This record gives sequence, C-alpha cells and structure tokens, in this order.
Amino acid sequence: MSPGELICPAGTPAALRTAVDAGADAVYCGFQNATNARNFPGLNFTPDELAGAVAHAHSKASKVLLALNTYPPAGKVDLWRAAADTGARLGVDAFIVADMGVADYIARTYPDIRIHLSVQAAASSPEAIRYYCENFGVKRVVLPRILTIPEIRSIRKEIPCEIETFIFGNHGLMVEGRCSLTNYLTGQSTNMDGVCSPASDVEFVRHDDGTMSSRLAGFAIDCFGCGEKAGYPTICKGRYTVPHRSDAYYAFEEPVSLNLARLLPELIDAGVHAFKIEGRQRSKSYVRSVVSAFRAAVDDIRAGRPANITDLVALTEGQKQTQGAFATKKWR
Amino acid sequence: MHWRAGLDPKGAKIVRGAGSRLSCVLVQPLLSRVVRRIGDRHPSVFARLGIYKKSAFLIDPVELPFALHLCPDPEAPAFRAVPRDSTPHAQAMIRGRFMLLLELVDSQRDGDAAFFSRDLEVSGDTEAVVRLRNALDDVEGSIAEEAAGILGAPGRAILARLRRAYKSEAEGFQQA
Amino acid sequence: MAKLTLGPIAYHWSAETRRDFYARIADEAPLDEVYLGEVVCSKRAPFHEPDLPDTIERLERGGKKVILSSLAEVMLKRERKATEELVALESHEIEINNAAGLLARDKRPHRIGPFMNAYNEAAITWMAGRGARHVCLPTEMPAQSIRVAAQAARELGLGVEVQVFGRASLAVSARCYHARAHGRTKDNCQFVCELDAEGMPLSTVDGKPVLRVNGIQTQSESYVCLLAETGRLVADGVSHLRLMPQATDMVAVAQVFRAVLDGAMPGQEAGASLRDLCGAAPFSNGFYHGTAGHEFVAEVR
Repeated sequence: MSPGELICPAGTPAALRTAVDAGADAVYCGFQNATNARNFPGLNFTPDELAGAVAHAHSKASKVLLALNTYPPAGKVDLWRAAADTGARLGVDAFIVADMGVADYIARTYPDIRIHLSVQAAASSPEAIRYYCENFGVKRVVLPRILTIPEIRSIRKEIPCEIETFIFGNHGLMVEGRCSLTNYLTGQSTNMDGVCSPASDVEFVRHDDGTMSSRLAGFAIDCFGCGEKAGYPTICKGRYTVPHRSDAYYAFEEPVSLNLARLLPELIDAGVHAFKIEGRQRSKSYVRSVVSAFRAAVDDIRAGRPANITDLVALTEGQKQTQGAFATKKWR
Repeated sequence: MHWRAGLDPKGAKIVRGAGSRLSCVLVQPLLSRVVRRIGDRHPSVFARLGIYKKSAFLIDPVELPFALHLCPDPEAPAFRAVPRDSTPHAQAMIRGRFMLLLELVDSQRDGDAAFFSRDLEVSGDTEAVVRLRNALDDVEGSIAEEAAGILGAPGRAILARLRRAYKSEAEGFQQA
Repeated sequence: MAKLTLGPIAYHWSAETRRDFYARIADEAPLDEVYLGEVVCSKRAPFHEPDLPDTIERLERGGKKVILSSLAEVMLKRERKATEELVALESHEIEINNAAGLLARDKRPHRIGPFMNAYNEAAITWMAGRGARHVCLPTEMPAQSIRVAAQAARELGLGVEVQVFGRASLAVSARCYHARAHGRTKDNCQFVCELDAEGMPLSTVDGKPVLRVNGIQTQSESYVCLLAETGRLVADGVSHLRLMPQATDMVAVAQVFRAVLDGAMPGQEAGASLRDLCGAAPFSNGFYHGTAGHEFVAEVR
C-alpha cells in the first residue's frame, strides 16, 4: 500500500514547526530569493533558519525538501548552485527541481541527495517523466494538476519513480513552469523570479458601494460585489469580457481551491506515493488546520477505517472547492 | 449573517468624534509598552518586514471607538490609538472586526481565508501588509497573550473576557 | 548573416487558409526557414496534416528550409503518439517542445523549441550534450540573459533563435478556454477556436484589451516587435530571428525585417511600414527590455 506521505508547506520557521507538529511526513520550503517559486515578501528561510528547521524536522522524523524550482536566467545560475550547496550542507532530504541545468548540477555534485521533479517542470506524460528519471536520477515526480485518476494510475505503471500529487490548495490552471502572464503585466517573472502576482503590484480598492476591486500593475483583475467571496488577484482567476458574451466572466477559472480529501482512497489505490498540500504563502493557522485534517484522513484510510474528513472550505479561495481534473475530464 | 457585513460602518457602529478621542488617551500608554516589548522579544520580525519596518500601518478594528496606528520601526516603535476622524498617514490599511484582527495576529485564523470571505479588508501598499502578516506569523506563541501579560493580571482578564464575548456573539450569529 | 524564420501557425486556420498562406510564403517571402506542425492543440492536427507533404515541397521549392515542430503539451495517448512519430523522423530537422520528445529523440540531432525553457547556459549546455543543435529561447527572456545564453550556445556550436514578431505565448493549459468561453469542454469543443483567426480577445472588466485566448494557449494582446533591436540581437549572438504568423500580410512583414537585417531600409521607415501592416495591434518589447512584457520601450541609442 502506498504510504500516502504528507508533504506540507512552510513559508516560515514557525510554519515549519507547526507542520511537523501537526504530523507532516515532510515539509517543503525555500530560501529568501528567486531560487524558489514562492519568492514572496517577508516569506521563506535564511540559511540559519533552514539549519534550525532541518534539525527540528529530523528530531521529529520529518523530512525537509528544498524547493529550487524556478528557472535561472542566463548569467545568474550561480545563485541556484549556491542554494543547492547550502541545502546540501544543511542536510536537506531532497531538492525539488525544474530546470535541467540545475538538475544536472545537483545530480553530478550531490548524487546521494534525492531529486524530486517539480510541478514547474510540467512533466505530464510517462515519456517526459522518464527523461528526467533516466538523465538526472529523479526519484519522485510532482504531477501537474491536470490529470484524471485513471491517467495517474496508468502513468504509475510506466515510470520508475514515485508520484506526488497536490491534494489541497491553489488550483493551478496554467501548465506550471510555462506561464509568463505575471511577467507580461508586471515585469517580474514567475519562472525566473519566483513570483506570481507580486504584492508590490497588487492594489485593492474598496468602493463606497461596498464592492472591492483588485488590480495588478494597473490592470483590473476582478471586481467583487458586496457579499461576494474573493480570490487571489491572479490573472488566471480574473474576470474578463469577450466580444460574444454580454457579461464579464471567469475566462480561465473562478476563485476556487483544490480539495481532494474525498478522493484520497482512490489516489492511494492508484499508487500515489505522496500528497502535497499547497500554501507556503499561507499562515500557521492554515498549515495547522489543513495538515491535521489530512493527517487524520490518511491515517484512517491506511488503518482501513472510513476517513473522517474535516471541512476545510473556510480556508479555500472564493470559499469554494473543486476536485478539478482529478475527478473528470470535463474539467478540461 | 449580518456580522459578515460587519465592515459596513453603520452595522459596526463606528464611533467618531469626542468619544473616540477620549478612548485614545486612555489606551495610549498600554499600546506603546506592548509594541516595544514584542519588538524586543522577537527581533526577527523586523528582518521579515525589510524596508517596510519604516512604514506606517493603520489597523482599523471596525467596532472599536478608535483605529490603531502602528510604526514597527525598531529604533522608534510606535503603536497609537487614533481617532477615526483624524487618522494619520499610513502606507497600508487593515480593517476588520477586532477579534478577527486579534486572531490573525495570533495565527488562530488565516488571513487569506478572512480576505476571501471578505471579513478582512486591506488597502494601500499590499506588499507592506503581506510583509507584516508574514513577519507576525513567524512569531511563536500568542502575541495577544504576551501583550496581555505585559499588563499583568488585569490584562489577561480583559483578554479572556473579550474572547468569551466574541465567541458567544459569533455562535449566536451562527444559530440565528 | 542572421537568418529569418517563420514559426509554426499557432491558430486553427482552415486547411485552405493555410495552403494559400504557405503558397505565398514559399514564393514571395524572404525567409530562410519555416517551422511547420501543430504545436498548440492535438485535436487540430488532422485538419491540416494531410497537406503537410505538399506544403513542405512547396516551401522547399521556394528555397526555404523546413523544420517540423512538436506539440507543447503532451498528455493524452494521441499526443504521445504524435510526438513519438515526429521525433522518429530523419527526413527533416525537428523542433522539440516537450520533454516527452527528448526521451525518444535520444542523442540524435534536434532543435529545442521555445516551450522547452532553455533559460540559461547550464540548461543549454546540458541540452547540447544530448543532441540539441539549435535553441529557441523563451519569449520572456530579457536582453542581458539572451546575450549570455546566446554566447554560451554559439560556443557549443548551436544556432540561437529569438521571437522578434507576433503575439507572445504567455501560457498553456490542459483546459481549453476557447471551449469554456462557449460553454463547452475540450472534448466537445466543436473547434470553436476556428472562429478567431488571431485568438479570442479578452478585455479587463474596465475595458482594456489584454490577452488572447487560442484554445489551450493564452497569448499577449500585443505583438512582440523587436525590429529596432535586431542589430543588438545579432551582435549578441542570436543567429535566427523568428516571426510568428499573424493574420496580417506576413510576406510584407518578412520583407521589412529582411530589409532591416540587410541594412537596406532605415530603422524609422521600417518601423513605420511595420506599423502600417499590423492594423490596430499594439506593439510590445517589454520582455526584451526587462520591464512589463506588454510595454513598448523606444530603443535608446
């Protein structure tokens, strides 16, 4: 039976301790720079903080996975190499990697440290995954959130590495690692700078009638009615108009989060080795609630008990949840 | 469901004018002590704030008689109650029910979730808000308890009473 | 001498439109190389693949080298099969846009497409060691990174390509947003994307045109235009300049770029001609200049 490892987010040392104490099998985190895809203001770890985090996690038998999952622009590769060197020195258990140059460096320099293929590498077929396994010794692939469970089951049979899937949090719509939407509007790149709708370019305006609009670098992303639930000010969750429709609509996806709690037994049965909870940008409160809920659910399922699934909808974007592509091809 | 619309000034009975100014004078000394002590005990907060430690934040608990003006500058920390009719300049504004703000500071609630539900409102410099949130979220333990502790037994009693009051209010609304 | 290339058609143009388009390109456009093949949506391929041999022949007769491009997203059985068949080809050069293609190609020579994220010298060196002979850099790369990447690639003997004209590909997805806009899903899309020759325009709620939906792809509203930057690109080691097909007179667009490369037309005149050819589409070069992609920065000389 798949161990159903819980891979949990940590944006700060306090969040990491919270995740570990709530039962995380592993925690993923990044440094305070462009080497990871959540390079957000005030978030992430200094090398000293990471050292303390690794010690705490290891003392509780949890692992620490270091996200080096962005794409270095030419001329800046040394920053990623240095991050890998620091991670190795501090004893992280795996690197989460997307760029082939970074993967190659780690595979050659630290052959004993595991490489996990980031969702940012967008490997969505057995052939693509095998390319990374054969060339860089990748031990685990984080699958894009675009596959149905039968498709995951069939991929599992054709690849030599473990599978990790997202089970909760941001419902990524675009193929990750292939999205320049933020850079188009703001001049900061998701792939090269690790940002997505950077806070420095975000503006919320409350209008007298109680509506609230969100803007990114001056572009209107959405306007929420008085009681309407809100989402992140990301381009792929924005409302737009098109010539053939009279009203603005969510052209890509409405504000909604992924929640696969009810699909856990099927995912375990399909051979998914590890479950990833998204949300390094979220608070300790989120980490505590979500990790505890999934810890209990996975433990129940593995013990053959019916899973007691805590309601997490209050934590979701737009206060709405979906099983996205995992449940049906119709999502596409 | 009316408390969901708690950001509506009418529903929240915002206090303006003389009453507001009197309340400010009364709470002023306590607030200054709180922010100085928190800053001393958790210096890492300033690193996460970055250049925004020099920023001013207006924290607006909609149902209290005053707003709060926070300057988390380690060299000159300031936390003042300010009357609503003459709030000083601030780079960023954070607005919501007092208990929600307290729970956010203590990481008992998630800020993004409160934003999604529209219980929390932010405006001005979004990066400043995000940095403040991340900085406070990295503080272990309860900042509210710490602050109450600074004020001794009366402080703790007030906090406990506040929590009870808000709990029963929230439950009352859920039943309604 | 830098080469001028024409990228693969990103849109679902009809077979007839494509035939006419490539006939003119073959006969009249001053292009060195033309990329063919469906890169965006595997469902479209059956419509125009039957014409491929004729199109290739026609273009080659017109003196153009033909390169076949692979799908950017490979997930379904038919997409895996299409990729496998393409990379098995020995008759033509191929451009690979998904790692699935790299596996089957092994170390046989190939080109790296713009969807492969060849952002830096380390990745390019790795790719070159695995048979890459040519690399098209991601559209969002800024000038100073292009320079470092291009120099590294040239030292390895690789050709280096940069998109200098046409809407930028900003994202791809598993979901079809064209189908979604018409209340359908990808599986029953009924090919609504054919309605929009240059993608479906998306405007913000306050009426500002910003993006284009092209099936599973999201493109920029603006045309990337690096006409004034061609000199610097070539000096920095870029060997191939790519024009992306738009529903405008691409022969004339190619002539303008050719004239600038040849030094036969002053920059200002060329810029004005290109402006006239492209109707209302705004131009942008922000990615190159390291600012917001949609912006247009006047080149400082």
